[in-house]
Parts: sequence; structure tokens; C-alpha cells
Amino acid sequence: MSLSALQQDFRDWLVTGSDEAQSRFSPDAAPGLLVYQNNYRCALMACLEESFAKTLAWIGPELFHAIAAAHIDARPPESWSLDHYAAYFPQALAQALPDDTEVGELAMLEQALTDAFVGPDGAALALGDVPQVDWDRAVLRWVPTARLLSLASNAPAIWSALAANREPPPRALLAEPVRVLVWRQEDIACFRALDPQEAEVAPTLLGGATFTAICARLVDAHGEAQGVQLAGAWLGRWVADGALAAL
Amino acid sequence: MTFPSFSGFGLGLRKPHYSDFLEGAVPVDFVEVISENFMIAGGRPRHILQRVRERHPVALHGVSMSLGSAQGLDPDYLARLRALVDAIDPLFVSDHLSWSRAPGFNSHDLLPLPYTTEALDLVCANLHRAQEALGRTMLVENPSSYITFAQSQMTEWEFLAQVTARTGCGLLLDVNNIHVSAVNHGFDPLDYIAGVPLDRVRQIHLAGHTQGENLLIDTHDRPVPPAVWALFARVMERVGPVAVMIERDDDIPPLSDLLAELDMARALALPKVAA
Repeated sequence: MSLSALQQDFRDWLVTGSDEAQSRFSPDAAPGLLVYQNNYRCALMACLEESFAKTLAWIGPELFHAIAAAHIDARPPESWSLDHYAAYFPQALAQALPDDTEVGELAMLEQALTDAFVGPDGAALALGDVPQVDWDRAVLRWVPTARLLSLASNAPAIWSALAANREPPPRALLAEPVRVLVWRQEDIACFRALDPQEAEVAPTLLGGATFTAICARLVDAHGEAQGVQLAGAWLGRWVADGALAAL
Repeated sequence: MTFPSFSGFGLGLRKPHYSDFLEGAVPVDFVEVISENFMIAGGRPRHILQRVRERHPVALHGVSMSLGSAQGLDPDYLARLRALVDAIDPLFVSDHLSWSRAPGFNSHDLLPLPYTTEALDLVCANLHRAQEALGRTMLVENPSSYITFAQSQMTEWEFLAQVTARTGCGLLLDVNNIHVSAVNHGFDPLDYIAGVPLDRVRQIHLAGHTQGENLLIDTHDRPVPPAVWALFARVMERVGPVAVMIERDDDIPPLSDLLAELDMARALALPKVAA
């Protein structure tokens, strides 16, 4: 048997654990094969438990482990990085619990925070830099770790309560979906639900937008006085959050 | 490509001990990190590694290169590891004599190889490619294993001797792995250390294991046991300058416990130094 064929047989054993797959090996290999399969499944389960600790706490270990085990059966890992394996699990949770919107969204938020935690470094615009900025020409962008989520449930409130060891609120659907900005400030991954008007301009900062264009858009939508006031207020907030990339 | 001459005693850098390494003077000569944990774009783990690197030599120890994969090596993996190597300038770069990668699949476990000429050619080709991509000579670690293959044409130590001769790589000798595999497969560990090219050993791992239902399991979740210490003492009689470390990955105790184990390693190595 070629090495390639042997490795395919080993893969089939790990993924299926079937008698047929085991029969391709010598009978005296059975105890060792069980060790390898246990290692394989435990590593993936531990990855999901660690990556989605708050989702696990929210739905409880029995349901979490049942969905995780089915996911491990259905979706063997492809990448060398276990971080990549975790990325598919929020969707699996959403599909397994379609009536519990907050579960998949809680996992999506956890995954986004993890991505931000290990995302690219990039200097943030500091308050002290603001007076030197040419605001007519300045192109504003979020820091490289920034990502926008659109959530229909109160998953952010559940996450915050679990993080603070408080009793989480009952699950709820929001009247309107909310945009949540996820980013890393220094070494801390953060998120914040955006105001509806703020959420309208936030996507433009993913690709970069001049402050002038942002002001013009807000003036069009809210009138000159309120538009300029909103732009100034949000700029101050974004700088304080460390969410804007240095110019 | 050559290795630095290095002799010393170190520990693996693990999360529960980050603050010890960042805030105090930990009495180790080097630290080892799991490469994949730091093959990321940025953020706190990379910042911590950079600060630790300012204080200690760092060895990069990988678990996902998959040197024995018939599919070959993952170019994305090699590129990311090269970036980490360039950033850290590590003491050593190591990975295992095992495989984890197959088409569309990654096991995230160190799977065993049959010790055949086909596997030897493949491991050497993969290792040549890795060393070229990284611009440095690697260390290859002997695995612990739970099955053997009837088609094997040589012992593991004969296989490793061939790999070092053909690729110029060094060895990371895991003494616990020798013990675990010796018990599981019924060979004499002294035959192993007599047959493996000890002059190529640049780093040594010491760890604990667990007695499973039928087999010893390489769990790294308990102190180094007496049988492993005894084998370590025999190895130290015959190796040159080497970096020795305690490898603990689970049920991680306070740093002081691991430093006490490291003192034990120093004591067992001392007769060689005194001679």
C-alpha cells in the first residue's frame, strides 16, 4: 500500500470511526487506533469549547457538546490552524437552532472578538494627533481589526452579562437589527452597538472615507446643524475608542 | 546551514506563566513556544512573545508542519512560519516525525508513519523544502506512537539516522516519547539511544505520560516519571551541548513546580558537566 493510500485510510478512520475503516488496519492496531481517534475528537471539541466559552455557558454543556459532536462529524478540519476550524461553528449553531437566533449570534460575536484579538497590528489615531489633521483631506478608516456585524438578537447584552458574571437577560429579538463594531483597542478586543445613524456611515470607513464626505452625508440626512454635530460627536467617540486608524 | 552551539535548561512558555515571564526574572536559559500559537497577524500573543524574546532565547516548536504528509507541505504554513522566524530569530525551529495533513483534511494530531523507504524519501524531500523555505536547518522530534505498521522496513531510530544523514537536520530528542513508544511497542529504549545519532541532538524534551487501558499515552499532564529521568541520565552521558526542557501542556502547575523539575534535570546532567 502506498503512503498516500495509508494516510487516506487513516483519515477515513479518524473521521468516521467505522468498522469498515478500522478493518483496513491490522487487528492488533485497534487499541492504538482508538487512542488516535480520541485525540482527534478531543482536540476539536476542546477547540470549540475554548473558542465559544460564553455560548457554551449560555446553552449548557449537554446541548453544546451534542451540536459540536455533530459538527465534528459533518465538517472535518481542513486547515493547519485550529482557529480556522472554529470559524465555521457559529453557522453550525445557527443551523442547529434556527429558532434561537441569539445562540448563533453569540457565537458569531465570540468569533469576531477572537479574530480581532489576533488580527493585524495597526496604530490608532490618538487624541493628541487630532489638532494636526487636515480635516478637509483626511481619509478616515477603521483600524485593521475592525469588523461590522449585523445582529437581530440581544446577543451583545448576553455576552456582556456572561463576561461580568452577571445573570444574563432573557433572549430577545430586537425591533430592528443592530450594527455592532468589533475591533481591538491596544491588546483588548472590544465591541459596541452603533447608533442607527452612526451605523449608516460606519461601513464607509471600512474602505476609507474623507471626513468631508461623512459630514456631507450626515448633513444631507439630518440637516446642517445636526449633521455637523453628529459628525463631531462620533469622531470624538471613535478616537476615544481607538477605533480609527492613524492617518 | 549550521546550528548554534547552545547548552542550557528551559521551559515551555504557557499562558498561566505569561506574567511570571513578563514581570520577573525566571531562571531559565531559554524558552520554547508552540509556533502555531504565534503564527498570527498581531495582537497580545505576538506582543508577549516579542517581550519574552527580549529576555530569553526562544525555540520555535511546531506541531502542524506535517513532515510526513504524502500530500507535501502547505505553502501558506511555510510562509507564515518563515515570517515568525524572521521576527523572532529563534534558537531552533523544530517539528515532529509525523503527519497530520491529507487532501482536504488536517488531523491536528501527530499521526504515525510506516518506516519504509517511500516514507523516508518523502520525509527527506519535505524536510529539504521546509529548510529551504525557512532558510535554516531544522530539528526533527521523535514522536510517541500507538500503532506500528507491518510494512515498516526499518526501526524508528534507523529512520531518523537516515533523515539526519540525508538532510543535515538535527534532532529534538523527546526522552518521554522514547519511553512511551518502547513500552507500547516492546522495544528496549537503550537500543533506541544506541541507534539514534546522538551527535545530532540539539534539544531534549522531558515530559510525563498516562497509563491508558492498553497503552501509555503521551499526555504531558504530569511530572516527569522516574523511568524517564533514568533514560535521560543515560542520554546525557552521550550527547554534546544541548538545550534541555520540561514540556508541560496540561494540568499546568505553578511555575515553581516546573523550575524544581528543571533543577532535577540540571542535577542529572551535572556529572557530565563536572567530568
